[in-house]
Amino acid sequence: MADSSVAVHSEEHNPALLHHFTEPQQQRDAASLGMWIFLATEVMFFGGLFCAYLIYRLKYFGEFAAASQTLSWKLGMTNTIVLICSSLTVVLAVWASQHAKRALLLGSLALTILLGFGFLGIKTIEYREKFENHHVPGPSFSFDEKVPGHPDLKANPYHAQIYFSLYFVMTGLHALHMIIGIGFFVWLLVAAWKGRFTPEYNTPLEMGGLYWHFVDIVWIYLFPLLYLIDLRK
Amino acid sequence: MSEHTEHSSSLGTYILIWIALLAGTVLTVFAAHINLGPFNAAVALTIATTKALLVALFFMHIRGASEKLLKLVVISTVFFLIILLALSMADYGTRGLRAW
Repeated sequence: MADSSVAVHSEEHNPALLHHFTEPQQQRDAASLGMWIFLATEVMFFGGLFCAYLIYRLKYFGEFAAASQTLSWKLGMTNTIVLICSSLTVVLAVWASQHAKRALLLGSLALTILLGFGFLGIKTIEYREKFENHHVPGPSFSFDEKVPGHPDLKANPYHAQIYFSLYFVMTGLHALHMIIGIGFFVWLLVAAWKGRFTPEYNTPLEMGGLYWHFVDIVWIYLFPLLYLIDLRK
Repeated sequence: MSEHTEHSSSLGTYILIWIALLAGTVLTVFAAHINLGPFNAAVALTIATTKALLVALFFMHIRGASEKLLKLVVISTVFFLIILLALSMADYGTRGLRAW
Protein backbone atom coordinates (compact mmCIF):
# COMPACT_ATOMS: atom_id res chain seq x y z
CA MET A 1 0.00 0.00 0.00
CA ALA A 2 2.65 2.53 1.06
CA ASP A 3 5.23 0.95 -1.28
CA SER A 4 4.82 3.29 -4.23
CA SER A 5 4.92 6.47 -2.13
CA VAL A 6 8.10 5.30 -0.36
CA ALA A 7 9.79 4.49 -3.67
CA VAL A 8 8.95 7.92 -5.08
CA HIS A 9 10.12 9.62 -1.91
CA SER A 10 13.53 7.91 -1.89
CA GLU A 11 14.17 9.16 -5.42
CA GLU A 12 14.48 12.72 -4.17
CA HIS A 13 15.84 12.26 -0.66
CA ASN A 14 16.20 9.17 1.53
CA PRO A 15 14.86 10.13 5.00
CA ALA A 16 16.75 7.22 6.58
CA LEU A 17 20.15 8.47 5.34
CA LEU A 18 21.87 10.48 8.07
CA HIS A 19 23.59 13.65 6.93
CA HIS A 20 27.13 12.54 7.80
CA PHE A 21 26.99 9.59 5.37
CA THR A 22 27.32 10.05 1.63
CA GLU A 23 25.25 7.02 0.61
CA PRO A 24 23.05 4.29 2.22
CA GLN A 25 25.66 1.59 1.55
CA GLN A 26 28.28 3.50 3.56
CA GLN A 27 25.81 3.99 6.41
CA ARG A 28 24.97 0.28 6.44
CA ASP A 29 28.66 -0.76 6.36
CA ALA A 30 29.43 1.56 9.30
CA ALA A 31 26.60 0.08 11.38
CA SER A 32 27.58 -3.49 10.59
CA LEU A 33 31.27 -2.85 11.36
CA GLY A 34 30.32 -1.34 14.74
CA MET A 35 28.08 -4.31 15.50
CA TRP A 36 30.83 -6.79 14.65
CA ILE A 37 33.30 -4.97 16.91
CA PHE A 38 30.71 -5.21 19.71
CA LEU A 39 30.30 -8.93 18.97
CA ALA A 40 34.10 -9.31 19.14
CA THR A 41 34.01 -8.00 22.72
CA GLU A 42 31.17 -10.43 23.45
CA VAL A 43 33.19 -13.34 22.06
CA MET A 44 36.10 -12.48 24.37
CA PHE A 45 33.64 -12.03 27.29
CA PHE A 46 32.17 -15.52 26.86
CA GLY A 47 35.62 -16.83 25.82
CA GLY A 48 36.96 -16.22 29.34
CA LEU A 49 34.14 -18.33 30.79
CA PHE A 50 34.71 -21.11 28.26
CA CYS A 51 38.41 -21.02 29.19
CA ALA A 52 37.58 -21.41 32.91
CA TYR A 53 35.20 -24.24 32.00
CA LEU A 54 37.90 -26.08 29.99
CA ILE A 55 40.50 -25.77 32.76
CA TYR A 56 38.20 -27.19 35.47
CA ARG A 57 36.79 -29.84 33.15
CA LEU A 58 40.33 -31.02 32.47
CA LYS A 59 41.11 -31.10 36.21
CA TYR A 60 37.85 -32.61 37.55
CA PHE A 61 36.59 -34.57 34.56
CA GLY A 62 34.87 -37.31 36.62
CA GLU A 63 32.82 -34.82 38.67
CA PHE A 64 32.00 -32.77 35.57
CA ALA A 65 30.65 -35.92 33.88
CA ALA A 66 28.65 -36.91 37.00
CA ALA A 67 27.19 -33.40 37.39
CA SER A 68 26.48 -33.08 33.66
CA GLN A 69 24.46 -36.30 33.73
CA THR A 70 22.03 -34.89 36.30
CA LEU A 71 20.96 -32.49 33.51
CA SER A 72 18.30 -33.54 31.00
CA TRP A 73 19.88 -33.69 27.53
CA LYS A 74 16.34 -33.92 26.12
CA LEU A 75 15.48 -30.45 27.49
CA GLY A 76 18.87 -29.16 26.28
CA MET A 77 18.27 -30.57 22.80
CA THR A 78 14.75 -29.08 22.70
CA ASN A 79 16.17 -25.68 23.58
CA THR A 80 18.86 -26.03 20.89
CA ILE A 81 16.16 -26.75 18.31
CA VAL A 82 14.05 -23.82 19.59
CA LEU A 83 17.03 -21.45 19.15
CA ILE A 84 17.90 -22.78 15.69
CA CYS A 85 14.28 -22.27 14.59
CA SER A 86 14.36 -18.72 16.01
CA SER A 87 17.53 -18.03 13.99
CA LEU A 88 15.62 -19.09 10.87
CA THR A 89 12.72 -16.76 11.70
CA VAL A 90 15.26 -13.93 12.18
CA VAL A 91 16.78 -14.38 8.71
CA LEU A 92 13.24 -14.64 7.32
CA ALA A 93 12.40 -11.31 8.97
CA VAL A 94 15.45 -9.61 7.40
CA TRP A 95 14.64 -11.17 4.02
CA ALA A 96 11.01 -10.10 4.29
CA SER A 97 11.97 -6.48 4.95
CA GLN A 98 14.38 -6.52 1.99
CA HIS A 99 11.59 -7.76 -0.25
CA ALA A 100 8.85 -5.54 1.29
CA LYS A 101 6.73 -8.47 2.53
CA ARG A 102 4.97 -6.93 5.53
CA ALA A 103 2.98 -9.98 6.70
CA LEU A 104 6.03 -12.26 6.63
CA LEU A 105 8.12 -9.59 8.42
CA LEU A 106 5.62 -9.13 11.27
CA GLY A 107 4.96 -12.88 11.53
CA SER A 108 8.66 -13.78 11.66
CA LEU A 109 9.40 -11.14 14.31
CA ALA A 110 6.45 -12.30 16.46
CA LEU A 111 7.52 -15.94 16.09
CA THR A 112 11.11 -15.04 17.05
CA ILE A 113 9.87 -13.39 20.27
CA LEU A 114 7.62 -16.39 20.98
CA LEU A 115 10.51 -18.86 20.46
CA GLY A 116 12.69 -16.70 22.70
CA PHE A 117 10.12 -16.95 25.48
CA GLY A 118 9.86 -20.70 24.81
CA PHE A 119 13.59 -21.04 25.36
CA LEU A 120 13.43 -19.08 28.62
CA GLY A 121 10.44 -21.16 29.75
CA ILE A 122 12.31 -24.43 29.31
CA LYS A 123 15.33 -22.88 31.03
CA THR A 124 13.07 -21.97 33.99
CA ILE A 125 11.91 -25.60 34.28
CA GLU A 126 15.57 -26.68 34.36
CA TYR A 127 16.58 -24.06 36.94
CA ARG A 128 13.62 -25.02 39.16
CA GLU A 129 14.78 -28.63 39.10
CA LYS A 130 18.27 -27.55 40.22
CA PHE A 131 16.78 -25.69 43.19
CA GLU A 132 14.65 -28.70 44.15
CA ASN A 133 17.64 -31.08 43.95
CA HIS A 134 19.94 -28.73 45.93
CA HIS A 135 22.22 -28.43 42.91
CA VAL A 136 22.51 -24.64 43.24
CA PRO A 137 25.97 -23.65 44.54
CA GLY A 138 25.81 -22.28 48.08
CA PRO A 139 25.27 -23.41 51.69
CA SER A 140 22.46 -25.85 50.81
CA PHE A 141 24.37 -27.49 47.96
CA SER A 142 24.43 -31.27 48.11
CA PHE A 143 25.63 -33.75 45.54
CA ASP A 144 25.54 -37.51 46.04
CA GLU A 145 26.41 -39.20 42.76
CA LYS A 146 28.95 -41.74 41.56
CA VAL A 147 31.59 -40.88 38.94
CA PRO A 148 30.32 -42.35 35.64
CA GLY A 149 32.21 -45.50 34.71
CA HIS A 150 33.47 -45.93 38.30
CA PRO A 151 30.56 -47.47 40.32
CA ASP A 152 32.57 -47.47 43.58
CA LEU A 153 33.92 -43.90 43.28
CA LYS A 154 31.85 -41.11 44.86
CA ALA A 155 32.02 -37.73 43.11
CA ASN A 156 33.57 -34.95 45.20
CA PRO A 157 30.71 -32.47 45.90
CA TYR A 158 33.13 -29.52 46.03
CA HIS A 159 34.30 -30.25 42.51
CA ALA A 160 30.74 -30.84 41.31
CA GLN A 161 29.87 -27.44 42.79
CA ILE A 162 32.42 -25.84 40.45
CA TYR A 163 30.58 -27.42 37.51
CA PHE A 164 27.24 -26.03 38.71
CA SER A 165 28.76 -22.59 39.34
CA LEU A 166 29.99 -22.51 35.75
CA TYR A 167 26.64 -23.91 34.58
CA PHE A 168 24.67 -21.12 36.27
CA VAL A 169 27.03 -18.32 35.26
CA MET A 170 27.26 -19.41 31.62
CA THR A 171 23.58 -20.29 31.05
CA GLY A 172 22.53 -17.34 33.24
CA LEU A 173 24.53 -14.84 31.18
CA HIS A 174 23.24 -16.51 28.03
CA ALA A 175 19.65 -16.19 29.32
CA LEU A 176 20.32 -12.51 30.12
CA HIS A 177 21.42 -12.04 26.51
CA MET A 178 18.19 -13.76 25.42
CA ILE A 179 16.11 -11.37 27.55
CA ILE A 180 17.89 -8.34 26.06
CA GLY A 181 17.44 -9.87 22.60
CA ILE A 182 13.70 -10.36 23.15
CA GLY A 183 13.41 -6.75 24.34
CA PHE A 184 15.18 -5.57 21.17
CA PHE A 185 12.93 -7.70 18.98
CA VAL A 186 9.79 -6.34 20.65
CA TRP A 187 11.05 -2.88 19.69
CA LEU A 188 11.75 -4.11 16.13
CA LEU A 189 8.22 -5.56 15.94
CA VAL A 190 6.68 -2.24 16.99
CA ALA A 191 8.87 -0.34 14.50
CA ALA A 192 7.99 -2.82 11.73
CA TRP A 193 4.30 -2.49 12.61
CA LYS A 194 4.61 1.29 12.15
CA GLY A 195 6.21 0.65 8.74
CA ARG A 196 9.64 2.03 9.58
CA PHE A 197 11.51 -0.62 7.57
CA THR A 198 11.69 -0.57 3.79
CA PRO A 199 13.83 -2.47 1.27
CA GLU A 200 16.06 0.66 1.32
CA TYR A 201 16.35 0.88 5.09
CA ASN A 202 16.37 -2.18 7.37
CA THR A 203 19.66 -1.78 9.25
CA PRO A 204 18.14 -2.23 12.77
CA LEU A 205 16.70 -5.58 11.65
CA GLU A 206 20.07 -6.72 10.33
CA MET A 207 21.86 -5.62 13.53
CA GLY A 208 19.26 -7.32 15.74
CA GLY A 209 19.73 -10.41 13.59
CA LEU A 210 23.52 -10.38 14.06
CA TYR A 211 23.04 -10.18 17.85
CA TRP A 212 20.45 -12.97 17.90
CA HIS A 213 22.64 -15.29 15.78
CA PHE A 214 25.61 -14.63 18.08
CA VAL A 215 23.54 -15.68 21.10
CA ASP A 216 22.51 -18.77 19.13
CA ILE A 217 26.18 -19.62 18.45
CA VAL A 218 27.01 -19.37 22.17
CA TRP A 219 24.26 -21.90 22.91
CA ILE A 220 25.50 -24.18 20.09
CA TYR A 221 28.71 -24.54 22.15
CA LEU A 222 27.07 -24.56 25.59
CA PHE A 223 24.78 -27.48 24.73
CA PRO A 224 27.39 -30.21 24.05
CA LEU A 225 29.81 -28.82 26.65
CA LEU A 226 27.30 -28.73 29.53
CA TYR A 227 24.78 -31.48 28.70
CA LEU A 228 26.70 -34.16 26.84
CA ILE A 229 29.78 -35.03 28.95
CA ASP A 230 30.66 -38.73 28.89
CA LEU A 231 27.08 -39.92 28.28
CA ARG A 232 28.19 -43.34 26.95
CA LYS A 233 28.89 -44.72 30.42
CA MET B 1 19.23 -2.09 -5.54
CA SER B 2 21.94 -4.52 -6.67
CA GLU B 3 23.75 -3.77 -3.41
CA HIS B 4 20.90 -5.46 -1.58
CA THR B 5 21.11 -8.77 -3.35
CA GLU B 6 24.71 -9.36 -2.31
CA HIS B 7 23.66 -8.95 1.33
CA SER B 8 20.83 -11.44 1.23
CA SER B 9 20.79 -15.07 0.20
CA SER B 10 17.83 -16.88 -1.28
CA LEU B 11 15.14 -18.40 0.90
CA GLY B 12 16.14 -21.88 -0.29
CA THR B 13 19.65 -21.43 1.13
CA TYR B 14 18.22 -20.38 4.51
CA ILE B 15 15.97 -23.46 4.68
CA LEU B 16 18.88 -25.73 3.71
CA ILE B 17 21.13 -24.25 6.41
CA TRP B 18 18.28 -24.59 8.94
CA ILE B 19 17.89 -28.30 8.08
CA ALA B 20 21.69 -28.78 8.33
CA LEU B 21 21.69 -27.14 11.78
CA LEU B 22 18.85 -29.39 12.99
CA ALA B 23 20.67 -32.45 11.59
CA GLY B 24 23.86 -31.35 13.36
CA THR B 25 21.96 -31.11 16.67
CA VAL B 26 20.56 -34.64 16.33
CA LEU B 27 23.98 -35.90 15.21
CA THR B 28 25.78 -34.40 18.21
CA VAL B 29 23.31 -36.06 20.64
CA PHE B 30 23.63 -39.35 18.76
CA ALA B 31 27.46 -39.20 18.76
CA ALA B 32 27.50 -38.46 22.51
CA HIS B 33 25.80 -41.81 23.16
CA ILE B 34 28.41 -43.86 21.28
CA ASN B 35 31.66 -44.78 22.99
CA LEU B 36 34.44 -43.10 21.01
CA GLY B 37 36.85 -42.92 23.93
CA PRO B 38 38.66 -39.59 24.15
CA PHE B 39 37.31 -38.61 20.72
CA ASN B 40 33.79 -37.93 22.03
CA ALA B 41 34.74 -34.37 23.02
CA ALA B 42 36.55 -33.80 19.70
CA VAL B 43 33.52 -34.96 17.69
CA ALA B 44 31.15 -32.77 19.76
CA LEU B 45 33.35 -29.68 19.29
CA THR B 46 33.81 -30.35 15.56
CA ILE B 47 30.03 -30.54 15.04
CA ALA B 48 29.49 -27.41 17.18
CA THR B 49 32.14 -25.47 15.20
CA THR B 50 30.61 -26.59 11.89
CA LYS B 51 27.18 -25.38 13.08
CA ALA B 52 28.65 -22.07 14.30
CA LEU B 53 30.38 -21.60 10.91
CA LEU B 54 27.11 -22.25 9.04
CA VAL B 55 25.32 -19.66 11.20
CA ALA B 56 28.13 -17.09 10.80
CA LEU B 57 28.67 -17.58 7.06
CA PHE B 58 25.06 -17.79 5.88
CA PHE B 59 22.78 -16.32 8.57
CA MET B 60 25.19 -13.53 9.57
CA HIS B 61 26.18 -13.04 5.91
CA ILE B 62 29.96 -13.09 6.33
CA ARG B 63 30.13 -15.05 3.07
CA GLY B 64 28.60 -12.22 1.06
CA ALA B 65 30.30 -9.39 2.96
CA SER B 66 32.07 -7.01 0.60
CA GLU B 67 33.89 -5.00 3.26
CA LYS B 68 37.43 -6.18 3.96
CA LEU B 69 37.52 -4.29 7.27
CA LEU B 70 34.59 -6.39 8.52
CA LYS B 71 36.36 -9.62 7.59
CA LEU B 72 39.47 -8.36 9.41
CA VAL B 73 37.41 -7.84 12.59
CA VAL B 74 35.91 -11.34 12.35
CA ILE B 75 39.24 -13.04 11.68
CA SER B 76 41.04 -11.17 14.49
CA THR B 77 38.21 -12.07 16.90
CA VAL B 78 38.71 -15.77 16.17
CA PHE B 79 42.49 -15.29 16.33
CA PHE B 80 42.43 -13.72 19.81
CA LEU B 81 39.95 -16.31 21.07
CA ILE B 82 42.32 -19.06 19.90
CA ILE B 83 45.23 -17.32 21.68
CA LEU B 84 43.16 -17.21 24.89
CA LEU B 85 42.11 -20.85 24.76
CA ALA B 86 45.17 -22.48 23.17
CA LEU B 87 47.79 -20.82 25.38
CA SER B 88 45.75 -21.47 28.55
CA MET B 89 45.32 -25.11 27.59
CA ALA B 90 49.00 -25.42 26.65
CA ASP B 91 49.71 -24.41 30.27
CA TYR B 92 47.03 -26.23 32.30
CA GLY B 93 46.86 -29.21 29.93
CA THR B 94 50.52 -30.06 30.40
CA ARG B 95 50.81 -29.44 34.15
CA GLY B 96 49.91 -33.10 34.82
CA LEU B 97 53.13 -34.13 33.13
CA ARG B 98 55.03 -33.30 36.31
CA ALA B 99 54.08 -32.62 39.91
CA TRP B 100 52.45 -29.19 40.48
